[in-house]
Amino acid sequence: MIEVENLTKDYGEFRAIDNISFTVEKGEILGFLGPNGAGKTTVMRILTCFFPPTEGKAVVAGFNCFEDSLNVRKRIGYLPQRVPLYEDMKVSDYLRFVAAIKGTPAKEVNRKAAKVMDDCGLGDVSGKLISTISGGYRQRVGIAQALVNDPEVLILDEPTVGLDPKQIKEIRNLIKDLAGKHTVILSTHILPEVSILCGRVIIINKGKLVAVDRPENLTSESSRRMFLRINGNAQMIERELAGISGIKEFETAQASGEANGYIVVFDDEKRGRPGIQSMIEKNNWELMEMRPLETSLEDIFIKLVTKEEA
Amino acid sequence: MNIRNIGIILGRELRSYFSSLTVYVVILMFLLMTGYFFYNLLATFSVVSFQAQTDPMLARQYQLLNINETVIRPLFGSISIILLMMTPLLTMRLFAEEKKTGTIELLLTFPVNDVDVVLGKYLACLVVLLTMVALTATYPILLVILGDPEVVPIATGYLGLILIGAAAISLGIFTSSLTENQIVSASMSFGMLFFFWLISYSVPLVSAGLGQVLSYLSINEHIASLSKGVVDSEDIIYYLCFIVLFLFLTLRSLETKRWR
Repeated sequence: MIEVENLTKDYGEFRAIDNISFTVEKGEILGFLGPNGAGKTTVMRILTCFFPPTEGKAVVAGFNCFEDSLNVRKRIGYLPQRVPLYEDMKVSDYLRFVAAIKGTPAKEVNRKAAKVMDDCGLGDVSGKLISTISGGYRQRVGIAQALVNDPEVLILDEPTVGLDPKQIKEIRNLIKDLAGKHTVILSTHILPEVSILCGRVIIINKGKLVAVDRPENLTSESSRRMFLRINGNAQMIERELAGISGIKEFETAQASGEANGYIVVFDDEKRGRPGIQSMIEKNNWELMEMRPLETSLEDIFIKLVTKEEA
Repeated sequence: MNIRNIGIILGRELRSYFSSLTVYVVILMFLLMTGYFFYNLLATFSVVSFQAQTDPMLARQYQLLNINETVIRPLFGSISIILLMMTPLLTMRLFAEEKKTGTIELLLTFPVNDVDVVLGKYLACLVVLLTMVALTATYPILLVILGDPEVVPIATGYLGLILIGAAAISLGIFTSSLTENQIVSASMSFGMLFFFWLISYSVPLVSAGLGQVLSYLSINEHIASLSKGVVDSEDIIYYLCFIVLFLFLTLRSLETKRWR
C-alpha cells in the first residue's frame, strides 16, 4: 500500500532524513518510533504530499506522491502533529467542510460528517466552537477529519501527545479499531504505545533508519534486565551473582531501606532466574523485590545504535 | 481548476470573515471615513451653491456647479484611496494566519489544487470588498434623490472602485502568502500599494517616455477616466493584468514553500 524508496530530504544544509526505505502492507498498522527531531514528521509530510523529497520516491496506493499528488491526497487522511484546526468554526461545520473538500458528493456530506462524529464520540461537542473544546476532543476532531472520507491510508503524527491517560486509552482504542480496514502509519516517541497498537515498527534516529521489526522483538531484546533487592551481605551477594550462569553482567543500584539493590542483565533469562532463586535459598537471604525493568525507548536506541556502529 | 472546490473554500473563508470582528470594524471605519468625505464635499457644494445664486462669477469659477464634478468625482477619488488603505487589513490573514496556526498543512494536503485555494480565498475577500463598496451606494442614492446628477459616471466610477479594490486584494493575498506574520503582510501591502499609488508623482521629474510608463503603472491613474464616465479598455486591461499577475505570483509563492 505504501512504498518508500531511498527517501532523502534536505533542509538547506541540514539532512532531515537520509536514504530511508520501507513498505507497508494493506491493513497494517505501522509504528514510526524515534526521538524528537528524528525525521518522523518529515517522512509523513512527504507521504502526504506536503512537500516533495530531495531524492528518492514515495508511492501511496499505487500513486507517486510527487507526480500524482492529487490522487494520493484523495486516498489519505492526515493528522498533523499539533492538530491544526480552524478555531473559529463549529465542530460539525468543520467536519462538513472537510468532507466536502475531500470530494464527498454534496448529498452525502451531512451524513458522512454525522457518521464520523458518531464514530469518534463527538456528539456532545458538535455545536461548539473548536476554540472552546478540550484537548482530548480536539484530538478526536483531528482524527475525525482524517477519517471522514474513509481513506485507504491514515497518517497520524503523534496522535496521543498531550492527552490525559483516559483520553490516551480512548484514542488508542479508536486507532485499534481502524486496523484491517485502513492502512495506518502512526508516529510516536512512546514505546508502549507501539507495542499496544502496531504490528510492525520502524525506528529512526537522526534521519536514519535504525531498525524495522515487530514490537515484541524490540522489547524482548532488552527486557532481559531485572531489578533485584536483596537483604544480605553485599560482598557475598556480589560474589554469588557473578557466579550465576545466564547473567551477563550486573551493577549496584540504589535501593530503599537496608537492602542492596542490583540491576542484572541476563544473556539467558531461563537459566539466570533459577540461579538467583537457588542463590537466595542457599544463603537464606531475603528477596525483597524482583521485577523486570521497563524498557525505555532510550535503551533500545542505545542498543540498536551501538549495535550498528559495532 | 475545480469550481466546486473553489466554492467550498470560498464558503469557508466567508464564514470565517463574517464570524470575526475584524471585518465589521474595517467596514465601519471605511464607512465613517468615506461618509466624512461625502458630508464635507456635499456641505461645501451646498454652501457654494447658495452663494453662487447671488454671485455669478463664483459660479463660473466653481466649474459651473456641476454636482458630478464637484461632489461625485472627488468622492470616488477619496473612496479609492481609503480602499487602498483598508484592503491590506482584509487580505493579511488569508495565508499568514493559516501558516501561523499550521492549518495550511492540512489545507495543502487536502485533494485540492493550489489554484482553487488561491481563487477561493481571493473571491471571498472580493465579496467582502463588494459589500464595502455596495454600502457606499447610499451617498450617490442620496444625491439622485435630492439632486440631478448624471448616472453613467456614477456607474463607471463604481466599476473603477471595484477594479482598484480587486487589484489591491490580489496584491494583498500575495504578500500574505509570503509570511506567517499578519502585520508583516499588511505592511508590505501598504508599502507596495502606496508605491503604485504615488508612482505617478515622479512623472514630472523624468523624461517623457519614462513618465508615460510610470503613469501607466500607477494604480489610481486608471480610475480617473472611469470616474468621468469614460470606459477605456486600456484601464480595464491594466487592472485585469494586475490581478492576474499577483494571483500568479501567489501561486508561485505557495509552490516554492513546498520546495523548501
